[in-house]
Amino acid sequence: MTDIPQNDVASAEEAAPMHAAVERRALAEFWFYFSENRGAVLGLAVFLTLIVVAILAPVIAPYGPNVQDRNALLVPPFWQEGGSTAFLLGTDAVGRDMLSRLIYGARFSLFIGLVVVSIALAGGVTLGLISGYVGGVVDTIIMRVMDVILAFPSLLLALVLVAILGPGLMNAMIAIAIVLQPHFVRLTRASVLNEAGRDYVTSARVAGASPFYLMTRTILPNCLGPVIVQATLSFSNAILDAAALGFLGMGAQPPTPEWGTMLAEAREFILRAWWVVTFPGLAILITVLAINLMGDGLRDALDPKLKRS
Amino acid sequence: MSGAGGAIVSARNLSRHYQVGGGAFSKERTVRALQDASFDLFPGKTLAVVGESGCGKSTLARVVTMIEEPSSGTLEIGGKAALANAVETRRTIQIVFQNPYGSLNPRHKIGAILEEPLKLNTDMSASERRRIGLETMERVGLRPEHYNRYPHMFSGGQRQRIAIARALTLKPKVLVLDEPVSALDLSIQAQVLNLLADLQSDLGLAYLFISHDLSVVRHIADDIMVMYLGRAVEAGDARTVFAAPAHPYTAALMSATPSADPDRKKTRIMLTGELPSPLNPPPGCAFNPRCAHADGTCRASRPPLEPHSGRDLACFHPLV
Repeated sequence: MTDIPQNDVASAEEAAPMHAAVERRALAEFWFYFSENRGAVLGLAVFLTLIVVAILAPVIAPYGPNVQDRNALLVPPFWQEGGSTAFLLGTDAVGRDMLSRLIYGARFSLFIGLVVVSIALAGGVTLGLISGYVGGVVDTIIMRVMDVILAFPSLLLALVLVAILGPGLMNAMIAIAIVLQPHFVRLTRASVLNEAGRDYVTSARVAGASPFYLMTRTILPNCLGPVIVQATLSFSNAILDAAALGFLGMGAQPPTPEWGTMLAEAREFILRAWWVVTFPGLAILITVLAINLMGDGLRDALDPKLKRS
Repeated sequence: MSGAGGAIVSARNLSRHYQVGGGAFSKERTVRALQDASFDLFPGKTLAVVGESGCGKSTLARVVTMIEEPSSGTLEIGGKAALANAVETRRTIQIVFQNPYGSLNPRHKIGAILEEPLKLNTDMSASERRRIGLETMERVGLRPEHYNRYPHMFSGGQRQRIAIARALTLKPKVLVLDEPVSALDLSIQAQVLNLLADLQSDLGLAYLFISHDLSVVRHIADDIMVMYLGRAVEAGDARTVFAAPAHPYTAALMSATPSADPDRKKTRIMLTGELPSPLNPPPGCAFNPRCAHADGTCRASRPPLEPHSGRDLACFHPLV
């Protein structure tokens, strides 16, 4: 690469800042439409805070997630009578600090969302792309299998899968990914069917593109908008389903500070100590709500039909 | 038409049939979208194909570019049969589509769009591809700073220039132009047509120009082929045909073209009826239900395409 002609290097250097400017303008345009939606910005803020909290958990949390204080069982939050500022959100039945456990729990929730969405996205987009592009018998087989998966109530199917695979966080994540996958397949297939007939695809074929090139380089990038939105919405679904599986004892196992599992452990204290159930529930609620708001805003900002120029 | 001497591409009896229906509730039927099309393309010459919607013009474009393989007939490039998915075919014949808003990949920059054919068909280095890309852009009247922009930043006319540039990067000998200006404004149409004319004289390209707009065709065609329901009804030298159309259908088409000359007498031939369904073409000459000159012979048998006063004609009752 040392013998590049001199003028070519010059033109490449000229092109670089121009390229960056175009990218920056696209980003600015995206932010303009995204920021018009107050809810979406709020959702994004909460979500970013959550990420920071999850990353900095060992720094922020006052105690370890599994450290027990035998002298402080079921201590209420600090503003209630009998509470202390040593345990801001109180302690649970075995004397573990609620706040620390919630902070560490954020790590699990984000991890679950990320892993589940990655598995569902990779599998779903691949199957949808093949199904939409190849068509015929392959399409029929893939879509009927997806219909079968969709026919079951999602949580029930996840439960059955976990029962087969054995309880545990990893298996729960695989089960939820399988349950969420058909949505990605259908969405991708619909986009591919829409794009495959366009002239630019034919044009690439006339230029000599192989089917693999057409699928991955020409069609796929033009199908990603709705898939990205589905991914954000599935992120919150995954957290919710994982919490439900945890609550039913099929997900993360104690003493993991996973929010759903915390809820399950605290069930018997609902009447005596409201804080052990309320805070994990609130944590799930706020996270899911924030991500859904963000997803809605993302959909509006990415949909070219809603753009005014 | 004159013999195949010097022709880059020769088509003989090209046909394309589609099977429709054939499900559980309908009988499978055949649409004969294109039948027995024969023509030669010569360097520096334009063959215009005209006809109403549904007459097989676009099918012809798809068959000539091997997007779809012909059901029967042969397509020869320099005496050798053209193959689908062959580098040789792609390097000889390229296509420009009608709608420049759909024919450019919206996620690619202009540079990537132009260089894609080179990337797929040659083993040039990136800098060499870039050089050819910029060179082609200059040739079609685009500025170098357009290289890093996306298609949505351009107007329709500029997009069509980009589409033409993309078709040119492989240095083809034949361009199939599938209604290249009908999606553009009238003022832009002239610019693009002038560009095409310049490119033809500079590069010696052969054009297969598909259009329904006879005022455009009159302007640029050397040869013309008039199609009706999948078949050529009149073909020959454009000036001969325009001066004195021999087929009643050609005459009707030409009389329907608006003229900017207010003194010209209007003798418009009104066609009655609709274009018949290609699923169920009328017996005999396909044009007989709408033709003022049709008689029993026309309804009984189909006229063959035969030489007649300086052109090829398929009619029992020629007007000249």
